[in-house]
Amino acid sequence: MKHSRIRLAAGAALGALAALLLALWFGAAIGETAIPFDVVAKTAANRLFGASYPLAAIDEGIVWSYRLSRVVVAACCGAALSLSGVVLQSLLRNPLADPYVLGISAGASTGAVSVAILGLGGGMIGLPLGAFAGAVIAFVLVSLLALRAGRGSAAIILAGVAGSQLFHALTSFVVTKAANAEQARGIMFWLLGNLSGVRWPDVTLALPVALVGLVICLAQARALDAFAFGKESAASLGIPVRRVMVILIATTAMMTAVMVSLVGSIGFVGLVIPHATRMLVGVRHGVLLPAAAIVGAIFMIAADVLSRILVPGQVLPIGVVTALFGAPAFALIMSQRRASL
Amino acid sequence: MRVDADNLSLASSGHMLVRDVSFTVASGEFFGIIGPNGSGKTSLISMLCGLRKPRTGTVSLDGEPLAGLARRALARRLALVEQQADTSERMTARQAVELGRTPYLGLSSPWSGLDDAIVDAAMGNVGMAHLSGRQWHTLSGGERQRLHIARALAQAPKVLVLDEPTNHLDIGHQIGLLDLVRHLDLTVIAALHDLNHAAMFCDRIAVMKAGRLVALGRPAEVLTTRLIRDVFDVEAVVDAAEGGTCSIRFAPARRMAAE
Repeated sequence: MKHSRIRLAAGAALGALAALLLALWFGAAIGETAIPFDVVAKTAANRLFGASYPLAAIDEGIVWSYRLSRVVVAACCGAALSLSGVVLQSLLRNPLADPYVLGISAGASTGAVSVAILGLGGGMIGLPLGAFAGAVIAFVLVSLLALRAGRGSAAIILAGVAGSQLFHALTSFVVTKAANAEQARGIMFWLLGNLSGVRWPDVTLALPVALVGLVICLAQARALDAFAFGKESAASLGIPVRRVMVILIATTAMMTAVMVSLVGSIGFVGLVIPHATRMLVGVRHGVLLPAAAIVGAIFMIAADVLSRILVPGQVLPIGVVTALFGAPAFALIMSQRRASL
Repeated sequence: MRVDADNLSLASSGHMLVRDVSFTVASGEFFGIIGPNGSGKTSLISMLCGLRKPRTGTVSLDGEPLAGLARRALARRLALVEQQADTSERMTARQAVELGRTPYLGLSSPWSGLDDAIVDAAMGNVGMAHLSGRQWHTLSGGERQRLHIARALAQAPKVLVLDEPTNHLDIGHQIGLLDLVRHLDLTVIAALHDLNHAAMFCDRIAVMKAGRLVALGRPAEVLTTRLIRDVFDVEAVVDAAEGGTCSIRFAPARRMAAE
């Protein structure tokens, strides 16, 4: 019985990875100019494994320089945001917690905008660092406000709403005050999530961050399980609560900040994917975390593909697509939860 | 396992919650803590479990101070059942009990058949084995509290601490739960609300008032009309029963005066 369970788990893991690969493949093939699937596979083989399939330079160029880097970053971003959502929801014991609701994304936007438009840091710090600083500042502010408001799980959501509004206002203030029309349009588009500028150097940032984030969260999987009945209960089960919270919240802040700095703040992924994945695989974090990462990655690739083909000749901000699909999905999940309670 | 509380004090934002409380709980004893709301029972419990650091004083298990024990090591010796710990996670009864194995699991010690056996035994011990596949949110308050005790038992502790475990349960479940705990081969420390339950089940009772320990002893010695009036501000008649226990009848002050 034990062996069959292990075989089942291994099969599910392989299946999930295969689905992810398939999504990456589709994502790279579909777009304004559809590129045959075999060309995508051959390009990847040429570039990654030194194969030498003869390909049209332009096709290979599009697939390698634009499409593949883009789908990989989309996957990392979806994975990182879903992981953050799972961790924050479990840690704060609130089904509404996600990096977007808690103001981390808004803070990251403000930080990014301050660097990009105000030139904060005098060119010494890049956009990602600015976004990271903004994310951390926002989270510290929201946490302090929540502590003052009484620690409850409603308090942190209310504080997050206040923090989000504040940082969105600051971002808008900076954009309208300091940016010229073109800059403003570019930034607004970026704020809603945009993967068009993504190239390989972004992959070298996004991929390690997503993978390291996954490993750190997985190492705390049992601790996250133990939070099911609250902080005190976790502590009485031998979990060093404060240390675990600091590590995990810093990790989610880091992941969110990096992803927002690369592709803008994308809502609903961190909120919906964890709930959807819990319905699929249950509440054990050892399984839930990697599953949510893969489901989030696939969801984000799909959203990116849709954003490119939904309106012919125009790319929609990906945040618009994730919200268009995420909001109804969230409504559905919430009403199902209610029905089963 | 013996539990020593030595000179425990706790303050929160300048307000003394517990002052100079000392007692010793013998190995295998059922030790009750009673007192009105706000008398410091929960604060005292949280210090005994190492959840809050006392401002002064020490708690020790078999002479070993709590402060020197790592969280994990402590969780293998002492388990806590809270008042009404609840979850919105969609977990099964068994999964909730499995959490009790947390202090024994790690990268080098993954879940094993032994853990399964311990969880099964704990669920059987509280009479919940038949509900192991049920979703948490479909269970009644009494069933949930039994599962919390099973979770605590899965920690394989030497000391079980309960903070008003029977709150919000009906009378049948209250008695059933305390009877279950009474028959465990553990040192038990329980904060209790109901004085009759304390009298029925405890070997000794500590009485708290305004953060101080005001009485300590066997139920029949401690629970007197005078103490109940002083501490709880109600009139009561205490009837002695067999084996050093007693039962208590409460009445409004006016009717007592007429009797």
